[in-house]
Parts: sequence; C-alpha cells; structure tokens
Amino acid sequence: MKAAEENVLLTGNEAIAEAAIQAGCRHFFGYPITPQSEIPEYMSRRMPEMGGVYLQAESEVAAINMVFGAAGAGARVMTSSSSPGISLMQEGISYLAAAELPCLIVNMMRGGPGLGGIQPSQSDYFQATKGGGHGDYRLIVLAPSTVQEAADLTMLAFDLADMYRNPVMVLGDGYIGQMMEPVRFKRPEAAELPPKDWAITGAKGRPRNVISTLSLDPETLEALNLRLHHKYEDVIRNERRVEIFEADDADIIIAAFGIVARIAKTAIRILREKGIKVGLVRPITLFPFPYDAVSKAADDLNVLVVEMNMGQMIEDVKLGIRGRSEVHFYGRTGGMVPSYEEIVREVERIHGGGG
Amino acid sequence: MMVMVKAFQRPRTLIPRPTHYCPGCGHGIIHRILAEVIDELGIRERVAGSAPVGCSALIHQYLDCDMYEAAHGRAPAVMTGFKRVHPDKIAFTYQGDGDLAAIGTAEIVHAAGRGEKITAIFVNNAIYGMTGGQMAPTTLICQRTTTTPYGRSPEAAGYPIRVSELLSTLEGAVYIERVAVNSPGNVLKAKRAVRRAFEVQMEGLGFSMVEVLSPCPQNWRMSPSEAVKFVEDKLMPYYPLGVFKTPEAMER
Repeated sequence: MKAAEENVLLTGNEAIAEAAIQAGCRHFFGYPITPQSEIPEYMSRRMPEMGGVYLQAESEVAAINMVFGAAGAGARVMTSSSSPGISLMQEGISYLAAAELPCLIVNMMRGGPGLGGIQPSQSDYFQATKGGGHGDYRLIVLAPSTVQEAADLTMLAFDLADMYRNPVMVLGDGYIGQMMEPVRFKRPEAAELPPKDWAITGAKGRPRNVISTLSLDPETLEALNLRLHHKYEDVIRNERRVEIFEADDADIIIAAFGIVARIAKTAIRILREKGIKVGLVRPITLFPFPYDAVSKAADDLNVLVVEMNMGQMIEDVKLGIRGRSEVHFYGRTGGMVPSYEEIVREVERIHGGGG
Repeated sequence: MMVMVKAFQRPRTLIPRPTHYCPGCGHGIIHRILAEVIDELGIRERVAGSAPVGCSALIHQYLDCDMYEAAHGRAPAVMTGFKRVHPDKIAFTYQGDGDLAAIGTAEIVHAAGRGEKITAIFVNNAIYGMTGGQMAPTTLICQRTTTTPYGRSPEAAGYPIRVSELLSTLEGAVYIERVAVNSPGNVLKAKRAVRRAFEVQMEGLGFSMVEVLSPCPQNWRMSPSEAVKFVEDKLMPYYPLGVFKTPEAMER
C-alpha cells in the first residue's frame, strides 16, 4: 500500500487492516474466523514489512489477553474476530475496560446464536453496546456502513481509545467485511492525546506501575465504577455521531445502522419516486447512542427500525422516542439480509395505515 | 581495622510490608527468591511480571517492580503481549496450579510452544488455596480436599498432571526445572533455578519455567512442620525434583 491519498479498491476487512497500520498500530493478535480472516491475513503480510508484530494466538481467549498485555505496555494494538470469537473474548474485554486499557476490537458479525452461520448479521448489538462481559462497563462502539467509513472509523477508533483510555469496538458485519469499494486513507487531524505514563515499561526512573483490576474493598471498587461512569458520561456528551438522510420533509423515518442503512437508502429513493417521503436516521456510534438525534428526526412520525436481527437497536430507538411515535420493526436474521423491496413493502404497509 | 557489613538484608525489590499469607505458606519464600534474583541480576528497572488469580493475586503489593494482574490463567498471554512490545525487557509470570495447570493450560502450553521469551514461576501446592482448599489438577490420588472429601479417585477426577514433564516435550521450552521450598537446602536450589530461568530468557534462548513444590498447611489441614514433611514424603515421589530441560542439553 503506497499512496495514502489515492483511491484503492479493497474489501472492508482489508481497508480496516490498512487503516489500522496507517493509524500507527504495530501489534495485532488474533485467531482466524470467517468472515474476517482477511484481517489477520493482511496483517500477517503487512506487519513484518512495517516492523510490527503479527501473532496468531491459540484462541480468541489468548488473543484478547495478548492485547491486554500489549495495550498495558503502551502500544497501539488491535484484534479482530467474528461473533463466536468475540463471545470468547468477553472476559478479556471486561478486564480491558476495568483496567482502562486502550485498544481496538473489530467484530465482523455473523449469524448466531451458537456456532450459527457465516453469513452477515447484526445480532451482537446487545453484546457490543450493553456489556457482553461481566461488570458495569461500556465499550465505544462504531458502526461503519461503507468500506470508506470502515477505514475512517478504524483510524478514529485508535484516537478515541487513547483519549478515553477505553477499548473501542468497530462493529461491522460479514457484508462490510467482504464487499469491495474504493477507499482513500485519510488520517484524522492529529488529536491531542494524553501521555501513557501508566504503561508497563519497567520501573526505570519512576515509581512502579501496576495494572490491576482486583478491588477487594467495596468502597474502592465503587469509586472505580463511579470514575468509569463519569468517563462514559464524557463519551456520551462528546462522541455521539449520526447520519441524518432526507429527514427534513419526511413522513416516515427509517432507523438502521451499518449495511442495512445502505439498503434503506435505496428503498428511500424508490419510495420517494412513488411519492412517499421517507428519511433515514443512521447511528454511527452505537455507544454512545444518539438518542437526541433519533428523537429529533422521528419527532412524532412513524418510525420503522430495520435490522439484521429480531430487534435489538429498536430498544434504544424506543428509549430515544419515549413513546411519542409509533415504532415498527422489520428484521431478517440468521444470515438473511433484508432487500430494498422488502423495506419498500414495509414502509408502504405502514404508510397505508397497516399495523 | 574490622569493618562491619550487613550481610543479610531485605532485597530492594521486596516491599517492606507484612504479607497476607497463612503461617507456613511457601509464597513468602518464593517472593523473596524472586526479589533476590531480580536484585542480583540488576533488572528491577526493566522487568515486568504478571500476578495470577489465587492466593498470590496480590503479589504486586510485595514486589517493587512493574506488574500486571492477569485474568485467571491468562498471564502467559498477557506477558506475551508485553514482551512482543518490549523485546528488550524481561517478563515473568507467577502462577499457581489452578491458574497454570487448569484454567490456563492452553496459554502456558502455547507460550512454551512458541518459545516465548518469558519466565514462568509455577507454584504447585496441589490444592486451591484462595477459594478454601478445593481439588487442583495437581492434587494427589487419595488426597482429601473440600471437593474430594473421600480422597481424589482417578475414576471420578482423573490423574494429577505433571506440568514440567509435559512442557519439556516442547521445542520452544528451553529451561524447565522442578524445585521445592521445604528445606533450607532446597530453597537455595530453588533460587539457583529461578536465576538460571531468568538468564535463559535474557540470553534470548526461549521459554523457561521453574515449578516450585510449596507447602499449604492451612488447606492441607496440617501444622507447618507437617506440611514441609508432606512435600517431601508425598509430593516429591509423584513430582520428582530435577532439571527436565536445559539449553545445554538441546545443543547436544
């Protein structure tokens, strides 16, 4: 990968891997799993060229703990996996959040539960945004809808992780990972990041550093939880991102994230040709969820939430709307992808007064 | 003129505070060995360790060097991450038998298999101490624990695992020794083994591990003196002391 300013044709997985390299990530620990194996494969080629480290761990459990060690050592580090592998990582993710270690975790979701399938899905929304592992913690969760955005959000993810000392997840799906689009790598403006003076580097010329998540005294543990809570409040205040599309004159609003929002845009174009004014609200950050923007866009309009699951983000949409609008749902699951025709049909049904 | 020299003193790396360990526990001795070796090798400012889950989860309160505290069994993976970022630094794990030989079996086997340049200190007391005396993977046949109240039977609970023997079959493991801290002589031998294990790492030769047979009088339901005798009479016949793997032997 030479010219950073040129468009190149890449899959979402490759774009994420290259974006991570360009964001200064030099350590990757992972374990192959469909549909994201192109990320470790790309890293196994690129990291040696860049003087970085690619290590294929013995499991996702080990991989996330290698991430813990490398993040604790002060490095920009990442791992990637897909749904069943991300489930295995949950223990380590809870520890990373508790120890406030910055890192990037990519989840290219596939259908579940269980071993599930290898086709795209969005059924890990709850796991990504509501916890997943044990304890009261949050990840920052970014949901790309194009290959370009996958690259952009990957670069942003490292800065957000360092800024808030928190693990960040890029939540894509098998579609985003596998499809090819032109992409241009643009570094975000250099963020002012706090120094990693907490890192484990050997206690040379300073008091020792300890990265620990054990607090046997409940008052100490409550204090940690409160401190984390205040940090998450800062994240909520500063980092909500959302795309609003053709919502100004809309009579119906579709809420969707990731690849489904792409499909919804096609449906919106067709519906508008038919004279039905439909807009889109697309959360880009799933945590922090843009409740206010969803609420504002929906106002008192009918809302249709479309997801590749049986209704997960819809709970946040409803929280944002607080009962002021009718919220409908259309979902396909198990690796099935909603077509624009299906979305058009659903909107027409709602528009026609169907329940 | 006669000069008085203080010949025996607290190692620099050992923080002067009382430990939380039970009377007769081996951890205090092993912590001191580690601190002395770190001092003697002059590596306090470039070493990092990882505490386990279990009785020694608080080892970072006693060692004055950079420390992680890993999830249960994951210390070899955590220190792999550290060492791959700082290959010029020195990394060790400190793990009990539940941590290393049960929940973290995959991590220790693969760290050894990769020849990861880290040193594992494996404290084998054949029981789960922190949780109150349950069976460990290294609990002996017929040994009574709170979860083998009739004694460990191979039919119900299988056989105790000899980790040093197991790991010494791996190419990446270059120095493996089993020692004990049940007598002054064995404590000195244990210290020599820990020192050699760190030297092997510093020479960049590969993975090293010292397994330490250690008394747990509290959970063995014994007096401290009975417990050191148990180490010799019961543990050592099943877990023989000795060097299982050396870089010198590999060169031959």
